Order: sequence, then structure tokens, then C-alpha cells
Amino acid sequence: MEVTAHQPTAQPPLGMLAELTHRCPLHCPYCSNPIELVTRENELSTDEWLDVVGQARELGVLQVHLSGGEPLARHDLPVLVSRAADLGCYVNLVTSGLGLTEERLTDLVDRGLAHVQLSVQGADAETANRIAGVKAHAHKLKAAQAVKELDIPLTVNVVLHRANHHQVADLIALAERMGADRLELANTQYYGWGLRNRSALMPTAEQLAEAEPIVRAATERLRDTMQIVYVVADYYSPYPKPCMYGWGSRQLTVAPNGDVLPCPAASSITTLTLDNVRSRNLADIWYRSAAFNAYRGEDWLPDPCRGCSRKGIDFGGCRCQAFLLTGDAGATDPVCSLSPDRGLIDTILASTPSEPPELVMRQNTIKVV
Amino acid sequence: MSMIGLDSAPRLRRGVRLTYDKTRETHVLLFPEGVLVPNKTAAAVLELCDGVATVAEIAAELGRRYEGVRVEDVRNVLTRLEERRVVEWK
Ligand SMILES: C[S@@+](CC[C@H](N)C(=O)[O-])C[C@H]1O[C@@H](n2cnc3c(N)ncnc32)[C@H](O)[C@@H]1O
Ligand code: SF4
Ligand code: SF4
Repeated sequence: MEVTAHQPTAQPPLGMLAELTHRCPLHCPYCSNPIELVTRENELSTDEWLDVVGQARELGVLQVHLSGGEPLARHDLPVLVSRAADLGCYVNLVTSGLGLTEERLTDLVDRGLAHVQLSVQGADAETANRIAGVKAHAHKLKAAQAVKELDIPLTVNVVLHRANHHQVADLIALAERMGADRLELANTQYYGWGLRNRSALMPTAEQLAEAEPIVRAATERLRDTMQIVYVVADYYSPYPKPCMYGWGSRQLTVAPNGDVLPCPAASSITTLTLDNVRSRNLADIWYRSAAFNAYRGEDWLPDPCRGCSRKGIDFGGCRCQAFLLTGDAGATDPVCSLSPDRGLIDTILASTPSEPPELVMRQNTIKVV
Repeated sequence: MSMIGLDSAPRLRRGVRLTYDKTRETHVLLFPEGVLVPNKTAAAVLELCDGVATVAEIAAELGRRYEGVRVEDVRNVLTRLEERRVVEWK
């Protein structure tokens, strides 16, 4: 049934995550992209993406994050950057750095690119290349150098997990050498390939305990030069992470095939009916679609969230996690210590193997050319 | 936190952009991690922060446009914006 009731809580979105493609030259086993990747033939065309960017700005979007897969695999990236920047959006490129030559970057910056978010898989080439499944590390160092030379702000993003968590000190040092303005040390969220590899990726309690004082000290020491954002593994927390600052409240995601998602991982919620930009306009989807209204506001909240004082902070947690672990996307996030399903998480933690199993690398058959 | 000097020339920090948003009918400050909505006074000051004009000059220019602009208020606004990592000066 379509929910068309007036939704007084819906404000215009501030940001759009545009997943231009799922194609990627890397094979990160933690990748949050779905197991069923959108193929090249099913990607939106250049004109369709240009139209989506226009509709997004019209709707109120001010930040456009160009991501994927690897956004540089799209040869029309320059015109998309131009369109978003010309409309007054803050344009952010989320990239593995492969294919980010000085020449290409100079062009993108001339067209209005404002910020680069570069992922790094490990502190040294050997570890990083093993996790990426290709020799990517050296390219990333070069890409970072190009970003610095053009003097635009750089965020380094590291996804933490069991195979690199012990490297936090060296990862911080690496980000400093790369000249990062910000460093995101984000523990793996278990969707897509990350979920498939959960038992191998789950950090141990000892790893978390060891990392905590290191990150705290570095955050303090680097306060004025490099902002550090540390996101701990939520399975180990008593409370869940806030879901998108509220479902359908600030951001939308457009998948490579034009599906519009309230959260980047929402395609994992198979009970959700997704709309596509090919058949419905973005504003209509944002304000009136079933998917965006399903968990908007507070009316849908289950017990124990309904009467909880933290509901304004975490909105009952992550809908995708609730669905993936309990089968009900409308349940309290099982990470929450107040959830009747918290036992599921404790069981997963208790069964973390002493020797991590082999990682299943993300499969890609297509190279960036 | 020290107040900005009268002869400093503030400018937007690298990576921060100020634009006018038609949808919300307000100025907005855009940066990598988010969006800030400056109030009318802050927006008027920020529009004049080009890294060349000094605080004294910015206050004088605002004084020509609006009634009752005090240089102390301009300094206060800029000091707050520096704390929020929106502007910087040498
Ligand atoms: C899916 S990637 C796409 C862009 C590009 N290929 C890259 O890796 O930077 C988008 C961002 O999400 C991060 N990421 C990927 N999988 C993740 C996961 N399971 N949990 C948290 N962050 C993840 C990446 O590090 C990157 O910063
Ligand atoms: S495989 Fe790695 S580099 Fe490629 S999209 Fe996934 S996280 Fe990004
Ligand atoms: S009960 Fe719900 S609102 Fe309260 S902390 Fe847990 S998830 Fe958040």
C-alpha cells in the first residue's frame, strides 16, 4: 500500500549519495556494496544522471557525494561534477584513488570539485594490497599528493576490521604523512560483502581496547591539524548508531541503476518497495514514497524505543541491521542492550573465531580503463 | 579564545563555501562534513571575508549598509566563526 498521508516531519534533504557505478578495480572484502552488483548495462546514462542532479538541487540537496563502486570508472564524471557545482552544490568525490591522476584531478577541481575522500586499506603496501586484492596502495599515495598539490581538502577514510585494526597508530601516521585534513577510522558496517565476511572481519575485544587510548591521544594531539572521526564497532556498544539521523530526514542515495534509497544499505531490506528515478521524480519519491515514509518520524517506533529517552538520539538504530538480523526492519536495532533481540549480537560476538576464517574477496570482472 | 584584531583580514577556511539556497531562502555554509546555516548578521559578515578586507574595513562597509553596526559585534561574530572552523586569518 502506498503511504500518501501528509508527513509533517519531512524536510528537504541536505545530501545525495550518488553511486554512479558498482564497477571497481578493487576487491575489498568489507565492501558495503551489495553482493548482487548492478552491471554496466543497467547503469543510468549520462543524461539521466544530469537530470537526477538537477532534480536533487531543486529538491534542496546541497551536498553531492559522488561514489560507487569507483566513480572514476565513469567517463562522464567531469560533466556530472560541473553540473552539480554549477548548481551550487558542494561536490565530494569518494574514491579508491585508482585512476585519480594529477591531470584528471586538475580538470575536476577546475569544474568545481570541492573535496576528496580517499580510502586506504592498510598502513603499509603489503597489508593494504592484500585487503584490496590489487596493488593499489602506491596509487593512493600518489593520488593524495595530487590532492594536496591542488590544495583542496582531503579526508582519508579507513574501514577498520580484524585484519588491520592493530594498525591504527600507523594508519594515523600515514594519514598525517598524506596531509589529510580529516581522518575517518570507521569500523566495518556489516552489509553486502562486509556481512558475508563478518566472522573474519569482526575485531576482537582486545583489538578495540588496544586501539581506544591510541586514537584518543592522537585525536587530542592533532586537534588543530587533522580531525579524527572514530566509529567503533557497534556490535560492541550498548546502544546502536543513529540511523541516517532519522530515516528520510537528511540524505538520499541513488544507486547505479536509479533506485532511490533512504540509506546506502537499504537495498538489503527486501520488504521495502524501492522507487526508481526512471519512473518517478525525486521530489515525489522523497516526500511521498512508501520506502521513505516507512520509518520516518517517530510514529512507527516499536517498544522499547517508543518510551525511551534516547529515541531522539538514535531513532531506534539501523533499519538494515534490524532487518538483516531479526527479519523485521521495524524492530529495535538488535545492537541495543534494551532490545529483546540483543542475544543475537552476543551470540555472534561469543562465536568470533580465535583464528579468523579466510576472506571472501569482492568479485569484480571489470577493470577501470 | 582570543578576539580577532582590527587589522586582521579574515577569509573562509579552505574547503568551506558560502552560497545562497533558494529552496530554504537562506545563506548556507557548506563543508565536507555538513551544512551550517549562518544567521543574517553572520552571513553579511561572511560575504565580505575575502582575505583582503580587514575587520575595520568590513565593519565600515556594513555600517554603510545597515544601521547601528558596531565593530565589537563584527569581531564577536568572526571570533565565533573561527571557533566553529568556518573562517581563519593570519
Ligand atoms: C563503497 S565505497 C565507494 C567509493 C570508493 N570505491 C572507495 O572505496 O573509497 C564508499 C565509502 O564507504 C567505505 N566503506 C566501504 N565498505 C564499508 C563498510 N562495510 N563499512 C563502512 N564503510 C565502508 C569506503 O571506505 C568508502 O569511504
Ligand atoms: S571494493 Fe573497495 S574500493 Fe571498491 S567500492 Fe568497495 S570499498 Fe570501494
Ligand atoms: S530502546 Fe530504541 S531508542 Fe532506546 S536506546 Fe535502544 S534503540 Fe535507541
